[in-house]
Amino acid sequence: MLTQRLLTSDKGGMLVLGLIALTCIVVPILNLAVPESSPFHVSTFAVTLLGKFLCYALLALALDLIWGYAGILSLGHGAFFALGGYAMGMYLMRQIGDRGKYGDPLLPDFMVFLNWQDLPWYWHGFDMFWFAALMIILVPGILAWVFGWLAFRSRVTGVYFAIITQALTYALMLAFFRNEMGFGGNNGLTDFKDILDFSITADSTRIGLFLASGIALMLAYLACRYIVTSRAGKVIVSIRDAESRTRFSGYQVESYKLWLFVFSAVLAGIAGALYVPQVGIINPGEFSPLNSIELVVWVATGGRGTLYGAIVGAFSVNYGKTVFTTFYPEAWLFPLGLLFVLVTLVLPKGLVGLIGRFKKNKSATNKEEQP
Amino acid sequence: MNPFKHARNWSTKALPVKDPNFGHPLDTSHGPILYVEDVSVSFDGFKALNNLNLYIDEGELRCIIGPNGAGKTTMMDVITGKTKPDSGSIYFGQQINLRELSEHQIARGGIGRKFQKPTVFEALSVYENLELATAGNKKFWFTLTRELTGEQRDRLDEVLYTIGLTQSRFNSAGNLSHGQKQWLEIGMLLMQSPRVLLVDEPVAGMTGEETERTAELLTSLAGKHSVIVVEHDMAFVRSIARKVTVLHQGSVLAEGSMDQVQSDPKVIEVYLGE
Repeated sequence: MLTQRLLTSDKGGMLVLGLIALTCIVVPILNLAVPESSPFHVSTFAVTLLGKFLCYALLALALDLIWGYAGILSLGHGAFFALGGYAMGMYLMRQIGDRGKYGDPLLPDFMVFLNWQDLPWYWHGFDMFWFAALMIILVPGILAWVFGWLAFRSRVTGVYFAIITQALTYALMLAFFRNEMGFGGNNGLTDFKDILDFSITADSTRIGLFLASGIALMLAYLACRYIVTSRAGKVIVSIRDAESRTRFSGYQVESYKLWLFVFSAVLAGIAGALYVPQVGIINPGEFSPLNSIELVVWVATGGRGTLYGAIVGAFSVNYGKTVFTTFYPEAWLFPLGLLFVLVTLVLPKGLVGLIGRFKKNKSATNKEEQP
Repeated sequence: MNPFKHARNWSTKALPVKDPNFGHPLDTSHGPILYVEDVSVSFDGFKALNNLNLYIDEGELRCIIGPNGAGKTTMMDVITGKTKPDSGSIYFGQQINLRELSEHQIARGGIGRKFQKPTVFEALSVYENLELATAGNKKFWFTLTRELTGEQRDRLDEVLYTIGLTQSRFNSAGNLSHGQKQWLEIGMLLMQSPRVLLVDEPVAGMTGEETERTAELLTSLAGKHSVIVVEHDMAFVRSIARKVTVLHQGSVLAEGSMDQVQSDPKVIEVYLGE
């Protein structure tokens, strides 16, 4: 019953989930079991790149849930991603122990460099993985709850909400740039050694992180499907289309928006936490408003309002970016901007909508052929 | 003295209501189900409602007419909690003070409103629209994890039948005709089993046949629900109304049967000008 609700009626989603599952099986085999000389070998660099894309896809999924279904455009979702990333980064920093450049058993290098004597209170507990994992969920979740409570209660919507979320991520970026904040200033957190006692640079750890990202993405997809196919999901769609009508139907619109926003922020936080050990660094640049805007472009390109569209968008735009920046590293913003304009003008339903349009044309011509 | 003033028993203390379902049966022992007394609302100095008094009996079908700017929409806004009045009181039954409640509490408590423009949820099917409007627990966590009960589904089928959309239950609401959308919206109100239905211009833009069906629908609802209809179409009002209230400049100008009202010199003056 539940599987039917989540999957059967969702062909595109099944296809995308199947592809992710297939990647999760094939890529580790091609990386670990196939010798490097073979043309079928997948390099560890490619594995990490794919792992990064999986995290981006999870982030795009989180944004699509609130933008595509509830119509809440957040231009600051990168903030929750970065906060999850920082929580993971703090755990990884504590794992370094006395192997840092200054060899201090307790303090990370940048604190020794700043002549700090004690570990700040908010760094306590991050030596334990379970605590860090809890913070990865709680920090973005609580921030989203407080922020959302204030914004939705005051009925801040549309472009105004987008602007204040943008301000939120910008403010956090400026704050995290300060050395006094105790998060490594503009260098951020880096030089990680190991995660859960596995060396972070080992091929097998890379594969493990890649698999964790893939599984997280698939589970998150199913969770999002569960929400949007539930009765609450229909309420959420109606809030998007006719907010005041939903209110007159007796639904407390604010509470729906708030819980959805919190869930979305938690997903973004998890994505950030999986991203950081794979790229090996987290710095305040992740809070940059530009990142959040790029994220919106991924979702718009893939197809807003279909969960798998967000995943398709994240993969295709980021693949495009990887290819493009290899040749013209500085010029990426131009194709990105062009893409956004084109998608808005020509493909309002994104790449996924394009496939739908082809199908419609095909069935229309089929009908004409059969008198 | 206000000739329309009813006797609400003021010695009964207003209950502080937190629970949206009001937790107890509505006290309508004195006749009216809705009391609007001396209500005034002004926007930037313009008095949209000016000491408005209105009493709606249980199960009655009341038509409200009046020229543009008479305060018809503001009156509905005030009853449903969208606009808070500057002064006056609004009671639902004997004990429930609507001024203290928010929009969704009033909606859950049994006052449903149909807007002028049909605002069904176009992205959802007819069935899903009604599902959404079902009375019951509307908290996020509840709707996330629970399906409709069998009883609620039966009620849904009943309403589908009443509004004549059983055949199109799985059609997308966006593809319905204008009249069907209006009926669907009335059906959505019925799903909440309201005591009072506020209906704003139900037949605007409808074909003759649709208008007739709407008249049938609304008269069949009276008795089970109190129905308040705001309408411009005089022929339609004549076909359904038992009692008509004429609003003018934010207060009641005349009240009575359609014939009484139409022969009232004050009403003729307002409608035909000096």
